[in-house]
Amino acid sequence: MSPYYRPMARTWWLSTRAYSLFMLRDLTCVFIAAYLVFFLLMLRNVAVGREAYEAYLRFLATPGMIAFHVLALAAALFHTITWFNFTPMVMGLRFGEKRVPPRIIVGVTYAAWIAASIAMTVIVLRWWR
Amino acid sequence: MPRSTEPFWWSLFAAGGVVAAFFVPITIVLTGIAAPAGWVREAFEYQRALALVSHPISRLYLFVLISLPLFHWAHRFRFILIDLGLKGGRLPVAIACYGGAIVGTLLTVVVLGQL
Repeated sequence: MSPYYRPMARTWWLSTRAYSLFMLRDLTCVFIAAYLVFFLLMLRNVAVGREAYEAYLRFLATPGMIAFHVLALAAALFHTITWFNFTPMVMGLRFGEKRVPPRIIVGVTYAAWIAASIAMTVIVLRWWR
Repeated sequence: MPRSTEPFWWSLFAAGGVVAAFFVPITIVLTGIAAPAGWVREAFEYQRALALVSHPISRLYLFVLISLPLFHWAHRFRFILIDLGLKGGRLPVAIACYGGAIVGTLLTVVVLGQL
């Protein structure tokens, strides 16, 4: 017996604001994956050699690629914000008898994110040298 | 997809979601905007870039950074396609999405091995 699916218009996600935001959040993964492909190509060009790497940097500096990365950054930030804000709903954290308030979990997560981003910047730019 | 494999793909999706949330924004800023724009030229000079990414810890980190979010993409994109009406092709959709992430992971291993 095949399962029954209720018929639904393909444009259901345009019907309300909440559905559109839901679709927008799910589409962030496409930008993140596309970015990772370009990033992997960058690593590949580092492996090939200096000329290939420098040519790739020039390709990334074209207006289209800069625009793509700005868009990908916006998508990635939207993913981060939605992911962090829903964490306490999935992960009920308890401390002894008491339930840890969701906004504390969210606050700690954002603090850890900022710390991790600063750490990555320091490592990549090697500010200690 | 057989019901029994769902938790496995979901856990990769969740792990990829966490990795992407924490590390993808700053990586885009550094490699996709700062490096090509030439903001901190000496940091992205070839020898330094090569030394940084070929360190064993960096390679392990890059593997996690690229592979897990690809599985995150695969899982979400699979449900986008189903939600947009590809209900007849659930199995081909799943194979295409997770297969894409597996191919991406293998290519990542190859590239990281060349560094």
